[in-house]
Amino acid sequence: MIWAGLLVASAACYGLKLAGLSLPPRWLQDARIQRTVPLLPVALLAALIATQTFSSGQHLVLDVRAAALGVAVIAVLLRAPFLVVIVSAAATAALLRLL
Amino acid sequence: MIRDALGIAIASGAYALSFGAIATTSGLSLLQTVSLSLLMFTGASQFALVGIIGSGGSLWAGAATAALLGTRNALYGVRLSSLLKVSGLRRFGAAQFVIDETTAMAIARDDENVGRFAFWATGLLLFAFWNLGTLIGALATNALPDPKVLGLDAAPPAAYLALLAPRLRAREPLAIALAAGLVALICIPFVPAGIPLLIVAGLVALYGLFGKSA
Repeated sequence: MIWAGLLVASAACYGLKLAGLSLPPRWLQDARIQRTVPLLPVALLAALIATQTFSSGQHLVLDVRAAALGVAVIAVLLRAPFLVVIVSAAATAALLRLL
Repeated sequence: MIRDALGIAIASGAYALSFGAIATTSGLSLLQTVSLSLLMFTGASQFALVGIIGSGGSLWAGAATAALLGTRNALYGVRLSSLLKVSGLRRFGAAQFVIDETTAMAIARDDENVGRFAFWATGLLLFAFWNLGTLIGALATNALPDPKVLGLDAAPPAAYLALLAPRLRAREPLAIALAAGLVALICIPFVPAGIPLLIVAGLVALYGLFGKSA
């Protein structure tokens, strides 16, 4: 079942790349599309942060993941490299669980 | 140029290490993890899909979110098509390399030949390092008795944040990010896990298509 999801999503992502190269450019040069598409990753990444930090299933929860996110925010504000952001967030969660 | 491309590729290899680790922690097998990097090859979509699977969200909401995050690559493809002038089989190969980094490296060059070379050099090097990093991250995490001890299950939001931050340099995207996070939280108790993402995507699409232009 997971394989089906992985393959369908991969095919969709590849299809979007290929469509951009292949379709007549004017189809995608509509001003509303040019304006909307870049907003999608902004909204989705923010929604992913919110849901995967503050929920468990359909329940809102506040746990060590919030502290991990807080540390990640600080790391990003300090312009830390990607890997440092990830490791500092993971380490925060791991250490708090030990307490 | 090659040095710039190599620098970007090595940096992406580090992203990929964490992708391999997070995907494995989410419960994906080694083969599933490396297949995603080979076949999907677009970072934000990959992180989102494995993060949603790992947090118990619907697989199909995850697949839809990955695809929605991949829509920007279609716009990159439009910008690259006149530069690359690829046809036939080469277009199918070039398409897989149409991502943020290759677009940034290829466009805004004075010479079209340099732009084309930058696209292929960045694409090939990044593809190699992205997949190598994924394999190493997944193998290392597979060797751990319990990756959750290292807090890796809490890492996906940090990855999203690092991918989001460079997109927040203006006021409108910052406001949209805050509103999207809030709407997602409000939706959580009322719909199955994963669905808040699709609601947010629908709302922002309506805003972008029909809202007043900024």
